[in-house]
This record gives sequence, structure tokens and C-alpha cells, in this order.
Amino acid sequence: MSAIGLDDIEGIIGVPLYEEVGEFPVEQGYIWTTCSSVENGNPLFWEPEVAEEVTNGPIAPPTMVSVWFRPHHWAPNRTTTGLPLQVHFDLKEGLDLPEAVMSDNTIVFHEPVRPGDRLVTHQILRSVSDEKTTKLGTGRFWVIDVEYHNQRGDLVAVESYTGFGYRRGSQEVGA
Amino acid sequence: MTTPTLLHGQVAVGDELAELAYPVTATTIVLGALAARDWRPMHHDKDFAVNRNGTQDIFINTPNLAAWFERYLTDWTGPYGRLQRVTFRMLGSIFPGDTMVFRGAVTEVGVDATGCAWAALDISVSVDGDTKTTCAARVALPVTADDNPWDRRGDRWTP
Repeated sequence: MSAIGLDDIEGIIGVPLYEEVGEFPVEQGYIWTTCSSVENGNPLFWEPEVAEEVTNGPIAPPTMVSVWFRPHHWAPNRTTTGLPLQVHFDLKEGLDLPEAVMSDNTIVFHEPVRPGDRLVTHQILRSVSDEKTTKLGTGRFWVIDVEYHNQRGDLVAVESYTGFGYRRGSQEVGA
Repeated sequence: MTTPTLLHGQVAVGDELAELAYPVTATTIVLGALAARDWRPMHHDKDFAVNRNGTQDIFINTPNLAAWFERYLTDWTGPYGRLQRVTFRMLGSIFPGDTMVFRGAVTEVGVDATGCAWAALDISVSVDGDTKTTCAARVALPVTADDNPWDRRGDRWTP
């Protein structure tokens, strides 16, 4: 996929795009580092017997779901790195909307993520509005879902982003 | 269930969570960014943050703020509390030297068609009275000491 124009939208609504496999398995060390960074003493993440009792073994904090997809800062032989939420940038380009903001971010949690899991993600464009004018400028709202599955095909989370791509008042179309 | 936890029947609309105040340092922000694998310089390089981003300093990244909200919620529920959904709205940044203050209150309680009990909350983090991020959250809670929301899968988990 690349620039998404008005004529492309109907054909890709609801279609999974940009499937990506996490560069590494979910790991306990990052779970502890994250809990440590926010002083999260939930025994679910620190005491194996509590994890066994509550979740049948260790899990990752649910809000960490996107952590498993941030690429290494450097990797051998890598020449390009995809932008997170590539569909958002494709819409900006295809609809010729040079500015954009994200207004809301919702995460819905499903099956727990466990150390050793290898997650897969894809992006789905859910909607694009008619042209609207806000105090920022004139443009369109869109909703993009990012779905995460584990290696068994279980849905683990869905993130929904509402974006507004726009032109400021003085910006010409195509400028 | 031997681990202490909050039961659904102990929660009512209007209940307020204990306030959490935390003094933010550069270490708080850098540690959080690296824990979230967020290598972008505005979360560790003050010169970049000030001169390229135009902010007053480095600032907490959003994924780490999500981890702070999760910690705040599960400090209240205990380990049997299972997050169903969170919606964030970012309004401002949090910098070294700020004391961030988390507050939350229960806005709704209910039981879904599968028998899963839940509480909805409005949570915010503020600095000097200015709200920096809001979080609307819904968390599943046990109904009884024998109930465990984490046991729910497939059709029995409708977050």
C-alpha cells in the first residue's frame, strides 16, 4: 500500500494492511523494566506463585502491547523501517492533508500476552469522514484500528486511533 | 483465591481512588522511554527537546504514561482486576521537576451479559492543577472470592 486517495478508500475499509511480526518474543526482562519504571508492585508480575494462581503463569502488563513492536534502534542489514501507523501517513499523502493530529487512543484488551509469545499486528482503516472544518483547519477524520494477535491466532488487543488530517487555513491544496 | 483483591460489591459510583503524587525526574522519563523501547530523542535528549521540538525539556512518552495509569488502577484493584479497555486523551506534557498527581473516581458499575462484573472510572494525571492526560478505563472485577476475571476467554470475555 502507499498513498491512499479518495477513490481507494471504499476498497480498503476493513481490509487488514501492513501485517508485521514482532522482531523478538515477549520477554520477562522488559516486563520487569516497565514495572520498575512506574514502580508497579502488582505481585502478578513479580511473584510466580501469584501469577500461577491468578493467570496460570506469568503475563505481561496489558498496556505493554505496543512495546513488542517497536523496532530495535539498529539492526544489521536493515535499510528502511516502516512508520508506526503507516495507514495514517498514507491517508495524509493520498488526501493531500499536510498536517495531522491524533485526538483519541483506545486500547481494548483480550487474551493476555505471555513471555515467549510472538505477536503479529496489522492495521485496518475503519472510516474516513466527509470534509470537516475545525479550529485547526479543513480536513477529514479517520479511524484506524491496530489489531494484535499471538502466534496461536488469538486476538490479544485492538488499538483504535482517531486522527484528523487537515490543511491550515492558508494552505493551498497540493501546496 | 488467597491473594487480597477488590470485589465488585465493594465498589460504588462516586468512589474515589487514593491520590498518587510522584516527583518526576529526568531518570523517570528516560527509564520509562527505554522500558517502552521508545528511542525518540525528545524523551532523553534535552537539547533536542528544547531546540527542535520547542518544549521546555524532555517529557514522558505516551506508552509509559499508559503504564503509569495501569499501575494506578491495579494498585486499587489488586491482581484480580483485569483491564478491559482504556481511552486516553493527551492534553499536555510532563517534564522533569513536575510532581504529577493521579486521581480517579468510579463513574459506573455493571455486569455484562456473560456475568462479568466491571467498573468504569475516569482517571487523570495533572501537574499544578493542570490536567495533562485523561484516561477513561473499564476494569473487570471478581464478584466473589471464587470468581476470577482472568479465567474468561472467547465468548465469556467481551471487553
